[in-house]
Amino acid sequence: MKDEFLISSNEKEFIIKALESEQRVDGRRPFDVRKLNVKFGPDDGAVEVQLGQTRVAVVVTADLSEPYGDRPNEGTINFAVEFSPMASPAFETGRPSEDAVEVVRVLERSLRESGAIDTEALCVLAGRKVWNLKVIVHILDHGGALLDTASMAVLAALVSMRVPDVSIGGETGQEVIVHPPQVKEPVPLNIHHLPLAITLAFFGDGELVVVDPSMKEEAAMSGSMTVCLNPHEELCTVQKGGGVAISPAQLMRCIRIAAAKVKDRALQLKEYLAANDQARQEKRIKRRSAAPEEQGAATVVGASEVGKVVK
Amino acid sequence: MNRMEFLSPEGLRLDGRRPRELRQLRCKMAPVDSGDGSAFFEMGNSKVLAVVYGPREPAQRGQLQQDRATVTCDYSMSSFSTGERRKRMKGDRRSTEAALVLRQTLESAILTELYPRTQIHICIQVLQADGGQQAVGLNAAVMALVEAGIALRDLVACSTCGYLDATPLLDLNYTEDGGGGPNVQLALHPALDKVVLLQTEDRLRLEVFEQVLDLAMDGCRTIARFMKETAVAHAKELAVARA
Repeated sequence: MKDEFLISSNEKEFIIKALESEQRVDGRRPFDVRKLNVKFGPDDGAVEVQLGQTRVAVVVTADLSEPYGDRPNEGTINFAVEFSPMASPAFETGRPSEDAVEVVRVLERSLRESGAIDTEALCVLAGRKVWNLKVIVHILDHGGALLDTASMAVLAALVSMRVPDVSIGGETGQEVIVHPPQVKEPVPLNIHHLPLAITLAFFGDGELVVVDPSMKEEAAMSGSMTVCLNPHEELCTVQKGGGVAISPAQLMRCIRIAAAKVKDRALQLKEYLAANDQARQEKRIKRRSAAPEEQGAATVVGASEVGKVVK
Repeated sequence: MNRMEFLSPEGLRLDGRRPRELRQLRCKMAPVDSGDGSAFFEMGNSKVLAVVYGPREPAQRGQLQQDRATVTCDYSMSSFSTGERRKRMKGDRRSTEAALVLRQTLESAILTELYPRTQIHICIQVLQADGGQQAVGLNAAVMALVEAGIALRDLVACSTCGYLDATPLLDLNYTEDGGGGPNVQLALHPALDKVVLLQTEDRLRLEVFEQVLDLAMDGCRTIARFMKETAVAHAKELAVARA
């Protein structure tokens, strides 16, 4: 209710009427998605993604901590979403709203609970020290299809994330030594598959459907569904909570459309990641040719632990 | 390592059911006098109580909507509902998400335009959790709304369905839910044959998903028949009592 973007009834009717002739107000066809742009931040694990007018920035940080009691040899991943008030007049500071909780839960289900991130690989010293990944999603601009943008950004951040190389040793043989990036190249995370989200919006009685709704379309819609799949046509999570009820045939149709879109998106993501890897290689060559004692800008997070012997 | 077998060679599940069998359904309408309507719904060992307050004056001025009712929902699991006693904070993420999803589903089922400027508040309390509590909670809430006499587009029947040992299993209990396989939660309008709520967890191949979805829909239709019978029987009792 509070979080709704206000739209006049004229505009709402216009959007729906245009959709009946398969035209969308921004000139797209019903199943066209907006232009995607992925920018990698200065640090590993920082990404900003823009989908049309929606902008999301994600930062992944890693630090060593104790594992959960019931899973002593698995690392932990925590997601947090911040709906910044600058993103939309509907957002307010304070306690996360219902929509924020929905975004977090869908991200958690699609990435953590579907097994995309190998948590066992994050274990350093079973029962004592594991990597704890903290994924913070900042919504910078809400232009519709938040989950699509956020899932793309989180995935790009996780794939481009580098964690310092660690080894077990020291005097007791039980100490964890974190190597600074100048000494040993940081290692990537182990990502099993690439789940991406596609949001579909329903209008009227649920027969009209569009992919990747813009802000105005979201305000005019009568229901929506977010489908997360990986490029191998495996469903990672579906979130259709309330809104207009749709027929099972329409449901399957939407899921198949989403599956096709995910394949395209995954290819685009891979291209961006390859370009980023290239840029990173070039930076590494430059870094190696600099003086080895140079402390410099430690791109490694958890910088207080770098070089120290951690018990 | 001993891998748990969810389906025996004879085709029986851990609790003796067949893969396409629901747990035993029980429903008591108006079990408590509080609120404007209440219902107690059980699916096997999962027991949930739902109480409806409304249509009433909105508790907060900001919740007042001129053209429709505001639907709010509380979902909480009692500390004694699980095997180990665990005190749950009201605002924790899981219960907020559950309350959000339940609210969205019920809001689309209630004909809110008939009750403008009012609030309909639904409290869902899980008394015993043995898998599928959210589904039971939704079913209980719908029966409570019927008991309160609030107009609905159609009944809503909700069920979970999973896929373990290469078989779709209907209505997962706690052990099956924690078995590491996918879990699909579906809520259906039986007469309209339309899907209101769909949530899935864990990876699922699309062909398998279709099978699981079909089974979930069949399960929901059976639950809906039971809900209708219970509602009609309850109405007859009331008619007799008031005559």
